[in-house]
Amino acid sequence: MSLWSRIANVFRGDRLNRDIEEELHSHIAEAITEGRDPGEARRAFGSVLSHRESSRDIRLIPWLESLCADAVFGWRQLLKRKVTSAAAVLSLALAIGSCDAAFRLMDAMLWRPLPIAAPDRLYVLSREVAGPDGKVLASDMFEYPLFRQMRAQVKDQGELIAVSSADHIDLTYGSDQETEKAYQQYVSGWMFQSFGIRSALGRVFTENDDLTPGAHPYAVLSYDYWKRRFAADPKVVGRTFRTGNEVYQIVGVAEGPFTGTEPGTVTDIFLPTMMMKNNAIVRSDYQWIVTLVHLKPGASVPLVREKLRPVFRAFVEERAKVSLNPHFAAFIRDQKLIVNPASAGVSELQQGYGTALFVLGGLVMLVLLISCANVANLMTAQATARQREMALRISIGAGRWRLVQLVVIEGAWLAFFAAGIGACFAWWAAPLVVGMIGTPDNGVRLILPADWRVLGFGVTMALGCTILFGLAPALRASGVKPASALKGGNPQLRPHMMQLLIAVQVAFCVLVLFVAGLFMATSGRLSRQHTGFSAERLLTLETVTPQPQPAPLWSQVADRLRTVPGVEAVAVCEWPLMTGGIWSNFISVNGAAPGPVASYFLSVSPEWRAIMKIPLLQGRDLRASDILPGSALVNQAFARQYLEGENPVGRSFEVVPYEGHRDRYRIVGLVGDARYRDMREPMKPTAYFPFQADYSRATFMIRTVSQNPLAMASALRLEVPRARPGFRVSNIRTQTALIEQHTGRERLLSILALFFGVVALSLAGVGLYGVLDYSVLQRRREIGIRIAVGAQATDIARRVITDALAVVLAGSIFGIILGIASVRFIESLLFEVKATDVGALALPTVTILAVALLAALPAVIRAVRIDPVTMLRSE
Amino acid sequence: MAKPDSLQGSLDLLVLKILSRRPRLHGYAIMSAIKESSGDVLRADEGSLYPALHRMEENRWIRAEWITKDTGRRARIYELTAAGKKQLADEESRWHAVTSAVNRVLRTV
Repeated sequence: MSLWSRIANVFRGDRLNRDIEEELHSHIAEAITEGRDPGEARRAFGSVLSHRESSRDIRLIPWLESLCADAVFGWRQLLKRKVTSAAAVLSLALAIGSCDAAFRLMDAMLWRPLPIAAPDRLYVLSREVAGPDGKVLASDMFEYPLFRQMRAQVKDQGELIAVSSADHIDLTYGSDQETEKAYQQYVSGWMFQSFGIRSALGRVFTENDDLTPGAHPYAVLSYDYWKRRFAADPKVVGRTFRTGNEVYQIVGVAEGPFTGTEPGTVTDIFLPTMMMKNNAIVRSDYQWIVTLVHLKPGASVPLVREKLRPVFRAFVEERAKVSLNPHFAAFIRDQKLIVNPASAGVSELQQGYGTALFVLGGLVMLVLLISCANVANLMTAQATARQREMALRISIGAGRWRLVQLVVIEGAWLAFFAAGIGACFAWWAAPLVVGMIGTPDNGVRLILPADWRVLGFGVTMALGCTILFGLAPALRASGVKPASALKGGNPQLRPHMMQLLIAVQVAFCVLVLFVAGLFMATSGRLSRQHTGFSAERLLTLETVTPQPQPAPLWSQVADRLRTVPGVEAVAVCEWPLMTGGIWSNFISVNGAAPGPVASYFLSVSPEWRAIMKIPLLQGRDLRASDILPGSALVNQAFARQYLEGENPVGRSFEVVPYEGHRDRYRIVGLVGDARYRDMREPMKPTAYFPFQADYSRATFMIRTVSQNPLAMASALRLEVPRARPGFRVSNIRTQTALIEQHTGRERLLSILALFFGVVALSLAGVGLYGVLDYSVLQRRREIGIRIAVGAQATDIARRVITDALAVVLAGSIFGIILGIASVRFIESLLFEVKATDVGALALPTVTILAVALLAALPAVIRAVRIDPVTMLRSE
Repeated sequence: MAKPDSLQGSLDLLVLKILSRRPRLHGYAIMSAIKESSGDVLRADEGSLYPALHRMEENRWIRAEWITKDTGRRARIYELTAAGKKQLADEESRWHAVTSAVNRVLRTV
């Protein structure tokens, strides 16, 4: 291969030179042997060097050779200044690594196509309606009967696929004692065929596995789960597992990396939609499936949308008619059907964290730009110092382009090193951040493979950085005027370029600090939100039974738990506050039609209020003799909303769960407001009912003596089944953890934003220090003369600082303007924080000014200490 | 660029032709052969013969080999490859076409 030999010759240049030279010399020797005059023979031959060079250029690839030479030279230049180069590489690596990590998270969550056939033709249906406050409320959840009608309607254009959200369920492959957890998802039987997913073992579902409600107790495992849980045991097909009362038989394992359509959750077990409980298949009032549309090739989205809309309209009209509440009916009727692309899948995580990740991506981008500006300044200063070398190169015939190449390659060394270290950093940091997203018992699992997308991003990053910080110094270096530079003219650097870069750095830094400040304030406000109850030393034992058990049996278990040493008090409720569990309905007072505002409900045992430390304001607590429906405690918001704020004790209200059925409650007590669902909403009307029905899932609330309630977790977990066989603890969490999960995103954002703020600040500080120090070095003659003619140290200091401060101030103002302009992108992530607060504006400005002064200090000291005599003598 | 006594682009042809008749010559011998067989009319510019040889070598028309001569000095000798033979035929026919065309012009004008 000629090309190959030429490439190979690049890397053995010395041998090639010797080879060619030997041949040329043998020519002259031959001539002399023939009897020619040595001098004449040499003259006739011409310049050996020049012939060698032209032969050499033929026998290798000249551009590759010059590239290699420049790479070696650039490498030596970097080694010459080890400390500076290492600092530049590390600061860049941190910035590039952060960008890599952010990219990997965003890619995994938002962009990476699902591992299915034709993911670009996958869409998801969504319903939108304008909420009471004008904001658009969107939901991806649909009713199964509606799904059936819609599927029939677009049969020719594509396949409609129903998938439930993935649940973390309890199941057992043996006895109750061996219960474990797995993520399970109901999917349409025809999903596998439509997605082109075959079986790795046994079979996957087909349409025939999803025909009759309750008649298909079969399960398909994901490949990942099969390997993880069963070590890829081929005998798994035919095994059964039990969850609750239901027994499923494993019929096969799906092939490939497909683990459901929900980024952030890795589905282990697929079940047919027909197996969903609670009559879900036929109920028109139960929204529980996500409707995916897998279009056929060539089918158009608008056509599908137009075909689906009449079916949807008819369905919601029907729903609105049977609605008991006129406000709610209008709300139902106003819904619109939307078709959105879903090639990357659909999950709540995308909605919850999508914006947050974009903001983080923006922040790390700014940090990267700050870092690039630093390196650009560094390289510009070095290029100036190397003006004579460059001039010499031009004089002996180097083209300007070759000089650009020389400097750019030096930059590329820095960038690619940084990208390599950065990739390692991202490798470590991305899973760490994923770990911070999830809650402890319901972790987020994102697939974060290192593939060509990640590699491509890294290389693009490195190239982009090279051009960002390498090109300007390179063009400067190549623009050198050899005559003046070689004559010894003092290399003067245009200060504007460096000052502009510093101003930009400061502006970006202020922007990062500003956003970080807003996030920290948000996180602080949210975590200090009043909950209305005390979570101190509270442990929640979510307990399940195979069959619904009457309330007295639950109290028996509670009694037994009270005898465990270290337990201070025990109560039972259907679920703890702030878990996400919701029971709500509209309230009717004095037989009137229900109003537009719904109330939350929760069934609790008599001890519950006291254990939660919710104050009793009027009336009495619930008693064991209270029945359901019958008695109720209500909170202040309830009294304000429905009973005009009067003393509600003794009054009654009705709940209308469905047409013709009214549950009447008499209010026996008024209690303080407590948060039911999340930290952001205002205190909502809430009624507490007696814990008096049959329950197959409820939670024991336990206040422990010890400050660390989790220390008792395992003892209590063992005690429950001993108290009553069949009762089993499914989940143990502290009430504090339940509250903290609602501020997790804000905490994550504030931690990361603070981290990047500190990084940005230190980078900008180092950059400022470098440029100021350099400018003093450049102006030392001028300063020396000033001192010689009698300038005071304070004058010199003021002169140095004023210049810097002007740049920093200009940058800060620009940064604040950017911040205020960009605040609307992050508004949805903020809570009770205004961008125009004095604190939000002043804090970053003051911080950056302080850092600027600190960074200016060494330069000032150097300037003041200049000794005019030594200075002027050396020039 | 071309000097008056240079071979005006026919150097390749001459080298290939000489190597086809007398394989395994070193550079100096090729130069001498050109001089001799042209009756001292054509002279290859001594130094620039080598870049031309190396270019033809890169083009795979000729291949080179180091040998040690009786004098103990090493020499790099060249011989034609199959591709070189084909190239020679091409160049030869092109040369004939050009010279006959030039001759025709000289005759008619």
